[in-house]
Amino acid sequence: MRYSAFSIVKNALSGNLKWKPQWRQAEPKSHYDVIIIGGGGHGLAAAYYLAKEFGVKNVAVLEKGYLGSGNVGRNTTIVRSNYMLPGNEPFYEFSMKLWEGLERELNYNVMLSQRGVIMLYHSDGQRDAYIRRGNAMWMEGVAAELIERDQLKKMIPFLNYDHARYPILGGLLQRRAGTARHDAVAWGYARGADRHGVDIIEHCEVTAIRRESGVVTGVETTKGFIGCGKLALAAAGNTSRVGEMAELKLPIESHVLQAFVTEALKPCIDHVIVYGGGHFYISQSDKGGLVFGAEIDGYTSYAQRGNLATAEHVMEEGVTMIPGLSRVRVLRSWAGVMDMSMDGSPIIDRTPIDNLYLNCGWCYGGFKATPASGYCFAHLIAKNDTHPVARALRLDRFARGYAVDEAGAGPQPNLH
Amino acid sequence: MASLITCPHCGVRPKEEFAIRGDASLVRPVPTASDEAWHDYVYVRANPRGRTLEHWQHVAGCRRFLVVDRDTFTHEVHSVTDGAVFARENGR
Repeated sequence: MRYSAFSIVKNALSGNLKWKPQWRQAEPKSHYDVIIIGGGGHGLAAAYYLAKEFGVKNVAVLEKGYLGSGNVGRNTTIVRSNYMLPGNEPFYEFSMKLWEGLERELNYNVMLSQRGVIMLYHSDGQRDAYIRRGNAMWMEGVAAELIERDQLKKMIPFLNYDHARYPILGGLLQRRAGTARHDAVAWGYARGADRHGVDIIEHCEVTAIRRESGVVTGVETTKGFIGCGKLALAAAGNTSRVGEMAELKLPIESHVLQAFVTEALKPCIDHVIVYGGGHFYISQSDKGGLVFGAEIDGYTSYAQRGNLATAEHVMEEGVTMIPGLSRVRVLRSWAGVMDMSMDGSPIIDRTPIDNLYLNCGWCYGGFKATPASGYCFAHLIAKNDTHPVARALRLDRFARGYAVDEAGAGPQPNLH
Repeated sequence: MASLITCPHCGVRPKEEFAIRGDASLVRPVPTASDEAWHDYVYVRANPRGRTLEHWQHVAGCRRFLVVDRDTFTHEVHSVTDGAVFARENGR
């Protein structure tokens, strides 16, 4: 069913009892041309573009839980393309452009809100680094603005400008950046993929990958064996465990990243604000809750829960930036398990096994990358060729000496 | 819980006193080892869901490097050994 003003009126007149489920509860067939492991944003987006853009119709997405139970439901919903490195900026800008057309593309309200992302700076050196980043963005055709302190005070009056150690001197603003409704992104892609014939199979965990003479022939799952022509991994957080089933050695560590949401307030934070004094980011959801997070917990973890000491640290940073936050109560917190790659950038590539494809290593960047990741991954699976904007994100870049190290932290995942 | 680490020299301490350096099961290759061996050492990780050995340096305490045997799913700490003792016991 296509959503429109007419469909809303029609369903309202019939008591809203005739809405159809957004996707079928598919049972696995014995063989698919492509199986995607992982029904998160990236897996669903890849399935959608495979069926719609690249004409591969016989596709299944296997999800071990329910849709939205992984990282696509565990993030702070921020969408931006203010990256610096040549390998990253075109990719995330491609994603930003897909975001801007996503609602029309999917016929689904993903609540994209281009409210602007502003990254604060606190020292001359940091200002210079942001000028450089802004220039790098302009060189790729992406608008960025440097906001000086006086202008910023008018825009965002409630920040702590006079903090002795981290006085706020200004910020770098990307106006087109903002937030999107994370669950709606998963549901919209799932509905779109389903309409193009993709089988979405929930509660179906892959337990082994079957290979014959070096080629993947299918997967053993909790719903039995399913054969496939090509197998694609989009199991962020658990990539190492799934990769191990095919004896892949990967440059990945799993870490948890916590996020928090407060009680609902009247509209007070108009932008996404990123605190450069530490690393803290905050926005206000359309329901009124303040959504914020900071850095990862620091040690490898597969638990979808965080550490209280890190929670305390996040609150400290938030209150340092916005003193008024201290009087707001936190309603809930959650943690997502992420692939932290060895240079902080993602991997979209073929593997040494010919019909096995890899999409992993999203670190912090997974949600904002969802459309471009899905598109580039689908391109790779369908054509066996890397999409031009994902060329820098190859698996062998470490061996070749072309790491895309946005943070300049070296091969230490907990520092990215 | 990995919130608290029992340093063999300083006793029970919060994890904020430690800097975490990652996988301690890796063995540094000899300088003349192949590019592949060095690549694996620098970039490739087993990343198990379960028990793992990690280097934690007690930077706000005795400054010793420790080897922590920890579960990455339950966050339980099974043992903490001084780095030098661990190296001796494992013939490194």
